Amino acid sequence: MTVTESTLDSIKDSLELEKVESHLHPEGSFLVEDHVVPTGREEIWRFTPLGRLKGLHQDVAFADGACKVEVEAADGVTVTTVAPDDAVRGSSGLVPTDRVSARAWASVSGATVVRIPTDTVVEGATIVRHHGTGTETPGAGHAVIVAEKFSKSTVVLAFDGSAVVADNIEIVVEDGAELTVVSLQDWADDAVHLSTQHANVGRDATLKHVSVSFGGDVVRHDLSAEYSGPGGSVEALGLYFADAGQHIEHRLFVDHTAPKTKSHVVYKGALQGDGAHTVWIGNVLIRKVAEGIETYEENRNLVLTDGCQADSVPNLEIETGEIEGAGHASATGRFDDEQLFYLRSRGIPDAEARRLVVHGFFYDLIRKIDVPELEAKLTETVEVELSKNISALTGNTQNGAPTA
Amino acid sequence: MSTLEIKDLKVSVETEDGPKEILKGVTLTIGDNETHAIMGPNGSGKSTLAYSIAGHPKYTITGGSVTLDGEDLLGMTVDERARAGLFLAMQYPVEVPGVSVANFLRTAKTAIDGEAPKLRHWVKDVNSALEKMDLDPSFSQRSVNEGFSGGEKKRHEMAQLALLDPKVAILDETDSGLDIDALKIVSEGINSFRGGEDKGVLLITHYTRILRYVKPDHVHVFVDGRVAESGGPELAEELEANGYDRFTKAAV
Ligand SMILES: Nc1ncnc2c1ncn2[C@@H]1O[C@H](COP(=O)(O)OP(=O)(O)OP(=O)(O)O)[C@@H](O)[C@H]1O
Ligand SMILES: [Mg+2]
Repeated sequence: MTVTESTLDSIKDSLELEKVESHLHPEGSFLVEDHVVPTGREEIWRFTPLGRLKGLHQDVAFADGACKVEVEAADGVTVTTVAPDDAVRGSSGLVPTDRVSARAWASVSGATVVRIPTDTVVEGATIVRHHGTGTETPGAGHAVIVAEKFSKSTVVLAFDGSAVVADNIEIVVEDGAELTVVSLQDWADDAVHLSTQHANVGRDATLKHVSVSFGGDVVRHDLSAEYSGPGGSVEALGLYFADAGQHIEHRLFVDHTAPKTKSHVVYKGALQGDGAHTVWIGNVLIRKVAEGIETYEENRNLVLTDGCQADSVPNLEIETGEIEGAGHASATGRFDDEQLFYLRSRGIPDAEARRLVVHGFFYDLIRKIDVPELEAKLTETVEVELSKNISALTGNTQNGAPTA
Repeated sequence: MSTLEIKDLKVSVETEDGPKEILKGVTLTIGDNETHAIMGPNGSGKSTLAYSIAGHPKYTITGGSVTLDGEDLLGMTVDERARAGLFLAMQYPVEVPGVSVANFLRTAKTAIDGEAPKLRHWVKDVNSALEKMDLDPSFSQRSVNEGFSGGEKKRHEMAQLALLDPKVAILDETDSGLDIDALKIVSEGINSFRGGEDKGVLLITHYTRILRYVKPDHVHVFVDGRVAESGGPELAEELEANGYDRFTKAAV
């Protein structure tokens, strides 16, 4: 059958991927000295407030103990700590492409390995909690999540407290496995977290990656995904809420390295308060070998008050004409006056109407995340974030009528 | 008691060439248990009248007054007007993604009554209000108006009217876009509302056909931002036969 033949050809091709002349694919290196200290003019750093990174991008020394780690492993899942030289490190194909990632790689004293054995269908989520212990000494982290063949499971990486952290997270989804990874950043206001996350998705494997960011002074997450076989699927969901002075940045890069693969990216954020800044960069590269793929990426930002900035840059590079579908959408807007008017014309006070609209904005996404352990917590956190600033919200009515 | 008194209401909207006057002095009193029909050609300002009374931010009141039982509506916020007993069924109901009808109705009812409705009765009330409007109970789990057909949106407005039970309802072309069965259902909804104690209805319409099912006490012909003529139900019949020509010509 020709279909099979052409698929086989493509797989052969994909084993020796051509080099791509694209800024999307910088040459990586494990050596720190290969990455010069960024100045802020570089494409990948131009949105990030380097001055607030506490030296993570320069030479500041790392030490252990920045976070206290607690593990709740679900039945059937093993969570271990291995030495830095363990071969599992790098098994996702992660090669640092910036100085922070390379420094974290070189500095860790160990790595956390979450392993879901072959064929194991896991009930409930495995949760690795990181409690920040203070911002005095920066910490470096490394975690590898390996979902072996045909396993099915959910892993949550949760962060709270105060800390300055740079980490590398590797995600390996072997053939036919189904894995949900949630990265939940509920940091205190002074935390700085730069995370490099790389996923390798096997043949017919499915990864759902969820990033949720609420707290922190600077939170920047770079997520990249590549496919090691055809039929793999990545769903990347993100939810963030930036308050006054907060910088939350997400950079995604989906590298369609195999045919018949799928990627679906939806990130939604709300911003409120002076100096709240969010950045979303959604890069998708469809290589020549990646025929018959489908990709869609979407970023929506809801600006709740004056003085916020949402940068949103979707970017699609296509090197084959043979694709099933490719699209992107990006929208940043304020409250819809017609929606607020409708709700208020039913007696619902202004603040409550705004709260309803924001809930509605996030609701679809929260439903898609579909991790029962988190759903209530997420809804509640959205509520808390909103109530924090409800006075600012009500102060924002622009109609002529006086505010209650 | 429920009296909506509109006196010499003047309203303008912002346009690129500065403010444009749309309502040029509207005077109208809807007394206790009265149903008034306002009929007028496209663009005559019917929706502007409805929205201005409800407090839509797009419209600027430049003169006149509107009171409900003597209370100054124009000094109130949009939601205060609703809590004072005003309801506006919109010509184009707005979609609110992610907010379920159930949540919306409960939040609105709580705001209007000042306390949360008793759960046991409430679910029953919602289902029966939907059912009376020939809407499946599953509608309560859907997002407000999202993906509703035109007719479903209008019937959803009427279900809200029944549940929120205001003093005065302004119905802006609730009848348009309905087939004859839906028109009867909506008319029953209006009649059941005005069968309640001390209710007023301001029925804005383009066509006379709804007046066969909802008999008005007064009919006003609205042309070019003001009431051109008022009369009884016989005025509607004249409009049915002769159209707006007589009035639009007079206005020019
Ligand atoms: N922003 C605006 N700029 C200019 N003119 C406007 C603006 N908004 C409304 N108008 C005008 O105001 C007039 C009244 O509009 P309105 O919607 O109240 O009419 P209507 O009687 O409800 O019409 P219909 O029967 O079509 O519903 C129209 O001529 C409309 O074009
Ligand atoms: Mg109209």
